[in-house]
Amino acid sequence: MQHLPILPILFPMLAAVFMLLPPLCKSTERQRVFAVTMMIIIVITSVLLLLTSHQEGTQMYILGGWQPPFGIALVADRLSTMMVLLTSVLSLGALLYACAGDDKTGMYFHPLFMFQVMGINGAFLTGDIFNLFVFFEILLIASYALLIHGGGKQKTKANVHYVILNLVGSSIFLFALGILYGTIGSLNIADMASKVRLLGEHEQSLAKVGGLLLLVVFSLKAAMLPLNFWLPKTYAVASAPVAALFAIMTKVGIYSILRVHTVIFGEDAGALASIAIPWLWPLAILTLIIGAIGVLASPNLRLTVANLVIISVGTLLIALAMQRESATSAALYYMLHTTLVTGALFLIADLISKQRGQAEDRYVVSRKITHGKILGIAFFISALTVVGMPPLSGFLGKVLILQAAEGFTEIAWVWPVILIAGVASLIAISRAGTTIFWRYSKESTNSEPIHPMKIMAVVLLLSASPLLVVFGGPVTDFTHQAAVQLHDTAQSVDALIPGGNK
Amino acid sequence: MEAIYAFCVGILTTCGFFLVLRGRTFTVVIGLTMLSYAVNLFLFASGRLKVDGAAVLGQSAEYSDPLPQALVLTAIVIGFAMTAFVVILAMRSRADQGDDHVDGQAPSSNSESNAADKRNG
Repeated sequence: MQHLPILPILFPMLAAVFMLLPPLCKSTERQRVFAVTMMIIIVITSVLLLLTSHQEGTQMYILGGWQPPFGIALVADRLSTMMVLLTSVLSLGALLYACAGDDKTGMYFHPLFMFQVMGINGAFLTGDIFNLFVFFEILLIASYALLIHGGGKQKTKANVHYVILNLVGSSIFLFALGILYGTIGSLNIADMASKVRLLGEHEQSLAKVGGLLLLVVFSLKAAMLPLNFWLPKTYAVASAPVAALFAIMTKVGIYSILRVHTVIFGEDAGALASIAIPWLWPLAILTLIIGAIGVLASPNLRLTVANLVIISVGTLLIALAMQRESATSAALYYMLHTTLVTGALFLIADLISKQRGQAEDRYVVSRKITHGKILGIAFFISALTVVGMPPLSGFLGKVLILQAAEGFTEIAWVWPVILIAGVASLIAISRAGTTIFWRYSKESTNSEPIHPMKIMAVVLLLSASPLLVVFGGPVTDFTHQAAVQLHDTAQSVDALIPGGNK
Repeated sequence: MEAIYAFCVGILTTCGFFLVLRGRTFTVVIGLTMLSYAVNLFLFASGRLKVDGAAVLGQSAEYSDPLPQALVLTAIVIGFAMTAFVVILAMRSRADQGDDHVDGQAPSSNSESNAADKRNG
């Protein structure tokens, strides 16, 4: 189908618009049915898109028929379609959870949710760096409103910090784009990749400034040290389905670093090759360390999960910094696993906190948790996965990343840091589990029922983990091919601009 | 022309960053606005400054790059929307927290906060 690549952007946009209009805008029930149906359609579209781009090669969608590099193009290669599918599955889980009642605590939940999905999908699919900025703004403005969904002092406070930081980030993004357009003369990613090696000496230093400014912006989104201090509080106060959806937001930053600093400023960029790597190495390792400290210091489950997000960001950035196909492939596998599992953990943390009355999800002795069995099993599985114990996907992802470092001098840094961070999260999460499930002062008095839809959402997200192991072979094959495609700059430039790669 | 232009962008950016780092939401909003002005001017200049150059071919002897103008337009629209949002958010935050400090309350204790208020203007 010719129009397939744009559908993951169009469907959520139209869904959001329809939900703002009658007859859907008045009734939450109708909105729920419509939103879930649309989300299932988006998941199916993403699967189709992924299969098409896998079998028939990179799909281009040239908007308005203006040939690149002059017009706007969407590029659906293996990496971007994989990320779109990941977003859709995660959003379906978060949406199912929200439909069990959380969407009623504020207004316009469903339209905002769809706009956010639209922004995320657009950021993954665009082949143009200015459109990357536009889609960033779409997903950000939806996330500003979603973050404050439900209201309350804590949310307002976290939202003020989040909004101000991201607005400054957007300004820096635009400065970087101005510099890059002024020097390279193009905003199309493939075109920039082919032109960046032809720059003169004066322009090189300017383009380097632009490239590194982009790294600053993306690391703010990805929560790389020293720009990660906003993340734990923000994610911990957001309502559960929103926090689960936000699990993909840091990955948008990682994806952008991967795209810009592998394709434009990759190994073939002449004097500007790999400008980000000297910064990425130390910062990635420090991010991992501060994530591990944060996990150990967290006083409640939600903060623990938010710090686990930082650990996963650190791990991914280390894999990115290795700049090899094997490492990128491992990072992609780990990204699939960590996004879905942290999303599920945010949902589980919310379920647990609803069962414990006043104590919520803090690590204190309180009354016995009702529905302990089902919540315990869900928590146990997700804990095993997120810490990286065999036999689930976390283990496989970490092994792949560790393997990618084998045989290089980096091994001396990578192995100890990743393994010690693993131990730290193991300690923190076992403390969380024992306090919440086993230490109680009295039997539970009232039992709040758990909505079956919430269980379904958690099961949907958690089932990804064993599936990623069972189908480990095909999935790693796919991530490897995606990594090869990403690192092969010549091929991706040729696909967009025939003969442009001279 | 280039020197004055660059000077203006530089001054606006410096003021913007200084104000963004202040403690009260009002100054922060002013700072964000200045930053967006600076960035719009900067983007506009990324197509090089030219006098008497129309953006449409055939209208004048020299032509200027039309793309930065399109980019600036997009950036202005987005910046405007974001400013509107942050103003509302700042008011909401003032109402929710009872204070217009970005952290919800000034970091110092009560007796010192008056002095801090005077310093912050």
